[in-house]
Amino acid sequence: MSTGSNFGFTDVEQIDDESRQLTYIAAISEAMREEMERDPNVLMMGEDIAGDFGGAFKVTKGFEKQFGARRVMNMPMCELAFVGAATGMALMGLRPVIEMQFADFITSAFDSIVQYAATNYYRWQGAVPWVIRAPSDGGLRSGPFHSQNPEAWFAHAPGLKVVTPATPADAKGLMLAAIRDNNPVIYFEAKPLYRSLKGYVPPGDYVVPIGQANLVRQGTDLSIITYGAQLREALVAADQLAAQGIQADVLDLRTVKPLDSEAILTTARKTGKVLVVHSATQLLGVGAEVASMIADQAFEWLDAPVRRLGGLDVPVPFSPPLEDAYRPSAAKIYTIAKELAAF
Amino acid sequence: MTRDQQLTLYYWMRLTRTLDEMAVALWKQGRGVGGMFSQRGHEAISVGTGFALGPDDVVAPMHRDHGCYMLRGLTPRRIMGNLLGRATGVSRGRDANMHGVGDLNLNLIGFISHLPQSLPVALGAAMSFVYRGEPRVAMTYVGDGSASEGLFHETLNMAAVFNAPYILIVENNQYAYSTPLNQQMKMPDLVNRAAAYGIPGVMVDGNDVEAVYAITKDAIERARAGGGPMLIEAKTMRMMGHAIHDGAEYVPRELLAEWERRDPVNTYEARLIAANLVDQVEIDEIKQRCTVEITDAIQYAENSPFPDAASVTEGVYAP
Repeated sequence: MSTGSNFGFTDVEQIDDESRQLTYIAAISEAMREEMERDPNVLMMGEDIAGDFGGAFKVTKGFEKQFGARRVMNMPMCELAFVGAATGMALMGLRPVIEMQFADFITSAFDSIVQYAATNYYRWQGAVPWVIRAPSDGGLRSGPFHSQNPEAWFAHAPGLKVVTPATPADAKGLMLAAIRDNNPVIYFEAKPLYRSLKGYVPPGDYVVPIGQANLVRQGTDLSIITYGAQLREALVAADQLAAQGIQADVLDLRTVKPLDSEAILTTARKTGKVLVVHSATQLLGVGAEVASMIADQAFEWLDAPVRRLGGLDVPVPFSPPLEDAYRPSAAKIYTIAKELAAF
Repeated sequence: MTRDQQLTLYYWMRLTRTLDEMAVALWKQGRGVGGMFSQRGHEAISVGTGFALGPDDVVAPMHRDHGCYMLRGLTPRRIMGNLLGRATGVSRGRDANMHGVGDLNLNLIGFISHLPQSLPVALGAAMSFVYRGEPRVAMTYVGDGSASEGLFHETLNMAAVFNAPYILIVENNQYAYSTPLNQQMKMPDLVNRAAAYGIPGVMVDGNDVEAVYAITKDAIERARAGGGPMLIEAKTMRMMGHAIHDGAEYVPRELLAEWERRDPVNTYEARLIAANLVDQVEIDEIKQRCTVEITDAIQYAENSPFPDAASVTEGVYAP
């Protein structure tokens, strides 16, 4: 049982060697830096992001030095107002990237996001091309207000796009796509992955299109559909299942809005057994929509009920045994997947 | 002020009043769609402030600022099309009454029912001008009701921190729906709040179009020169209900009678006549012109098609 916070507050490393093995957080940082170099309309705004401090997680450390205070703006503590201001900037053709210090604080800006920005294009065709970065997810012993996964609230709001990268490469590729998209995009970055997940990140202009899932692992016995921090858990579980002779398809949604229905239905029809996993509360979560889509459009291919695994319907608890009981994990995925395979 | 300018101010106020009266009549005849908000009493504010803007300045008006919309170039036809939910309305039938009436080609930003939301959005426009070194100003409006929302504080504080070229017009019309000012706040003069943010605030008679214009023009010039944001409180009275369905029985009749004597359009007309700047013949010509314009707009809107139901899912996302 881990009892420490390991998302870290140390500087983000800048590795630019041949291997291009970057941490998840370094990939986010690199994507934004390169996009600021490419497009003078891209700017950063958020609490504590400027100066030598560079944000609570240091994602923008060094940015003000490179780009100046004009393009890297510290905000007063007023999420509702500064997201609204970002909307005004976006209407004028700028592309603000807003850091929510933690995804949990995004509720303070709810009106500005779901009422104003999300509806604007439909109402009078004023495009709002901003990105909100929302450091989400838990397992880090950070308690109810530094651990949340509120993506379903935003997926439920017409007009928003919601992306949830699970790998360093996708963290970069989806960031570039989000900044270049002409709509408001909520970018949920999984802070448990920040400094603990490394992987190859393509150099330069690497875009992962919004709305395209990725079949990360191929199997025939069942499908595990997931996104964000739970992809890593699902892959650990899939290895354990393989050792038992159970081969799992693992589909990383990458984007929860719009959902890649084709990829979801393809894997469901292929294996006939589906487990949907996310860290967010299971009840009425994104997984419910995925399960419903499969029931609607892949019913005849199913060999078992669609199963779901998400967080419990409780506030995210602090103490390690409680948080572990709350959260999905590789072990829990393994258990349900094994039941499903035997169904 | 030149006579031309004065007559121009009068024309826009009269046009706004005519639009308002004819729209109210339309709804009373049962020809309206959904709700409708009269702006009666607000003409001097929307016209005086709108007239002070430069062509490149950006403004986010609200639901009682029809004069400002029209001064920006939004035609009565497009307004009526929107009021009647037609495909020719600004929002193509997507948004109700004056909501959703934004057009960036006219430097107009639309509002939502959460009225204080326009405060930070207009601030962002102002911050974009600083970002790009453009000599432009952003202006927006809020009522006394919305001034109780947290965004009022958040936005003015932030505008001050960034020294943004930003003008906030508070249209203090004494009522938030049915709730009078004394049940909304202990300090009835909202202008006093400016000091808390370290920005200047000025109060103006919201029924005196020339005074509103002069103060707004000063504020805009100051902001354009890098002087930062300003709060202007314009006192007026909402002369009809919150919306068309509301008879506003909760407003004392004597209060309305007192403000009726200060009617911004009629008192300005009398003032121009008394100063021999215009005669009754000219006034009648202007009124006739306004009636013709709004009649045309209503005919245009009523003859416009409703949006195609099959288009309902179109345009949620920008390409």
